[in-house]
Amino acid sequence: MTKEDILALVPQQPPFRFIDEILELNEDRIVASYTFREDESFYAGHFPGNPITPGVILLETMAQTGVVAFGIYLASLQMTLAEIQQTLTVFTEAEVEFSGMVKPGDKVTIRASKVYFRRLKLKAKAEIVNQLGEVVCSGAIAGIGVKQS
Amino acid sequence: MSKEDVFSKVVDILGKYSKTEISADSITMETSILDDLKINSARLVDIVLDFEDAFDIEVDDDDADSVATVGDGVNLIMAKI
Repeated sequence: MTKEDILALVPQQPPFRFIDEILELNEDRIVASYTFREDESFYAGHFPGNPITPGVILLETMAQTGVVAFGIYLASLQMTLAEIQQTLTVFTEAEVEFSGMVKPGDKVTIRASKVYFRRLKLKAKAEIVNQLGEVVCSGAIAGIGVKQS
Repeated sequence: MSKEDVFSKVVDILGKYSKTEISADSITMETSILDDLKINSARLVDIVLDFEDAFDIEVDDDDADSVATVGDGVNLIMAKI
């Protein structure tokens, strides 16, 4: 499957989709990008007059690339397309650190490398860097593919 | 390595993931990893990987699926070391 095929299989959609493009993808790592729109819904409240991307959204952004898209790709190496479409990736655990702020309009790059992929559980080390190359969020994240009922 | 040593190491590994305050002394071979130790099923993969590292063994996915109690883990390890 191509990078575009994998991107199309990521189930999250606006207003909760935080992956625009997959730049690099292989069995060991994934690199993707996302530009935070000026009108993302959460900026109205976080914070009024001073919009800053919430840490939980950065974590979600890291997971959509590092666990969901990456997991779909790794699963595609051992499962059929039909099986992948019946499987939903859910978050299982994370240990993260935030070290910078992301503002509306910022384009970030998400990089993740595989720690392990076993029994449809993917654990990855991931980070988000801003357009200046500064790390704003990093850590270990994991998720598992579950059959949809 | 004796069965008692394996049991003790297994209890140590499970302790990292358990969400209960259950004391190590009350854990037996029959203790359920998910129900009694309140370990998230998604952590079973991490536990099996820890078994592989700690005992220098390889556990295939079918064997891993059979681990429900502490005793299942201990017996699986004993069969491979």
